[in-house]
Amino acid sequence: MTALKLENVNKSFGSVHVLKDINLTVEEGEFVVFVGPSGCGKSTLLRVIAGLEDATSGTITIGNEVVNTVPPAKRGIAMVFQSYALYPHLTVKDNMALGLKQEGQPKSIVEERVTSASRMLDLDQYLTRRPAELSGGQRQRVAIGRAIVRDPKLFLFDEPLSNLDAALRMNTRVEIAALHRTLSASMIYVTHDQIEAMTLADKIVVLRDGRIEQVGSPMELYNNPANRFVAGFLGSPSMNFLDRSVSGLAAGRTLGIRPEHLTLRADGQLSGEVTHVERLGGDTNLLVRTDQGETLTVRLFGQNATEVGSRISLGFDAAAAFYFDDADQRILPAAA
Amino acid sequence: MNKARRNPGTTIAAHGALVLYTLIALFPVFVILINSFKTRKAIFREPMALPNTESFSMIGYETVLKQGDFFLYFQNSMIVTVVSLFLVLLFGAMAAFALAEYRFRGNTLMGLYLALGIMIPIRIGTVAILEMMVATGLVNTLTALILVYTAQGLPLAVFILSAFMKGVSDDLKNAGRIDGLSEYMIFFRLVLPLVRPALATVAVFNMIPIWNDLWFPLILAPSEETKTLTLGSQVFIGQFVTDWNAVLSALSMAILPVMILYVFFSRQLIRGITSGAVK
Ligand SMILES: Nc1ncnc2c1ncn2[C@@H]1O[C@H](COP(=O)(O)OP(=O)(O)OP(=O)(O)O)[C@@H](O)[C@H]1O
Ligand SMILES: [Mg+2]
Repeated sequence: MTALKLENVNKSFGSVHVLKDINLTVEEGEFVVFVGPSGCGKSTLLRVIAGLEDATSGTITIGNEVVNTVPPAKRGIAMVFQSYALYPHLTVKDNMALGLKQEGQPKSIVEERVTSASRMLDLDQYLTRRPAELSGGQRQRVAIGRAIVRDPKLFLFDEPLSNLDAALRMNTRVEIAALHRTLSASMIYVTHDQIEAMTLADKIVVLRDGRIEQVGSPMELYNNPANRFVAGFLGSPSMNFLDRSVSGLAAGRTLGIRPEHLTLRADGQLSGEVTHVERLGGDTNLLVRTDQGETLTVRLFGQNATEVGSRISLGFDAAAAFYFDDADQRILPAAA
Repeated sequence: MNKARRNPGTTIAAHGALVLYTLIALFPVFVILINSFKTRKAIFREPMALPNTESFSMIGYETVLKQGDFFLYFQNSMIVTVVSLFLVLLFGAMAAFALAEYRFRGNTLMGLYLALGIMIPIRIGTVAILEMMVATGLVNTLTALILVYTAQGLPLAVFILSAFMKGVSDDLKNAGRIDGLSEYMIFFRLVLPLVRPALATVAVFNMIPIWNDLWFPLILAPSEETKTLTLGSQVFIGQFVTDWNAVLSALSMAILPVMILYVFFSRQLIRGITSGAVK
């Protein structure tokens, strides 16, 4: 069964067309991640799914029901916000219980669900506190708990980790992955973060300017990007695009090569001068200015003694290169 | 304040300025209070002196209390002020919520229309208001005053409150919607508690002019049963002789209720529970 189906969904705010012909299916139990640059409409799409904004046109189906005119509380969804959005005057327990009470669930069920969610999220000893008395990480767990107790068909997360510091973000990321396994619920997750997208997703949806650019599993998108935008968006450091530095490239074509696929080699296809070196311990990143004046990034595994200002020669495996035409669409090597 | 940022010099200067301002602001009140306890002669001979055994007199208070209806005037003023404030806050907050929260045609226009009310004094319409009150038979009722003061207070209330309501996190309201709260519950249970300081500000701003107003009680409700305190005190101010003892005593007593209301609202001003709601 499909958990969510979007057909030709459009959304305009006045004359601003924010979402354009969105078609998407989320299977039951799937973890889908929306990524895209800021302002591309990720949050808007999530809010349209939640029912907080009405779609201008198109149909939204959750489970087997068309929900275009169903209010948010009756759509069988729960949402976790970037800003936590906890009710400031209620205790942790009441924050989690409010939705169930509004549904008119009997006390015993409310009690039971809140207890099991707070155990799952390690919130037992905080149940009587107010949100102001919790740390950021605890607040976000309460927000997640508030979503869990409602036992929704579909979870919606809007950048839930972006207010947390790096260590906590990693922990919470792992917790969310574990949660997905335990609950085997369908989840949609919006993020800016490459790592979150790659590690959590069954399926990544790349958005740009309100359009879906490509949908696929993380490795599919990494290995087989449909166009230059997707190729450049996924992967960190991002892919190098060259149109002058490589010989034998037809006019209007661009060659893409990931930083990790470039190696130092005496007789490489590219040569240039090192302008900057980033030593990360496990990796070394070189910024190189080619003789043709293009800048590229090289990611070398391990530590490397290359100095700024030195001349180097770089090679790559032709099979690892991507080719794009003048409309930025990917072309297969045979056609290039 | 953070300890590290506290500098004794600036603290003293700031407190000095505040104390000075307090003294200046309280001085007239102080003069009214001390003179209300003095004999008529003492008031004129030494207006600044404290009452002593010789000049002490309760004659003013006796006159005021003997003047029969003083407690009724008191009650009228209290009813008019409290009910008007309640209506201003309720309708002002509701209108502000609608303007801040919902996108509808004419939203901006409506906001501007309401803002116009801040700039045009309601007294310009006195004649028309009086005609309306006569036509509806509301002359000499407290309802007339309450309606006028509510109308007078709404524009500023809407203006201030909508600015504050725009500041309430959208995520919080949306979380409420997803949890199944109705728009009314979101308004009353999520938004109002968060803008409580703004509500208190609006209440304080509106309270004093309503309590002190002489104009509308004189024109719309001058009858004995509907006189407000300010209007009632005018009986002591004659064209030729003014009973200063009574006037000062009436004024002194009139301060009390406003002060109680003020203390009540300022507690709301200080009590901030918003922290921790949203990051
Ligand atoms: N209520 C609104 N009225 C008008 N325009 C809006 C409204 N909400 C969003 N937009 C516009 O829609 C576009 C998409 O916004 P959205 O918040 O969905 O972006 P996003 O992808 O979530 O960005 P970010 O990653 O920064 O959160 C933006 O250009 C924004 O200006
Ligand atoms: Mg967003």
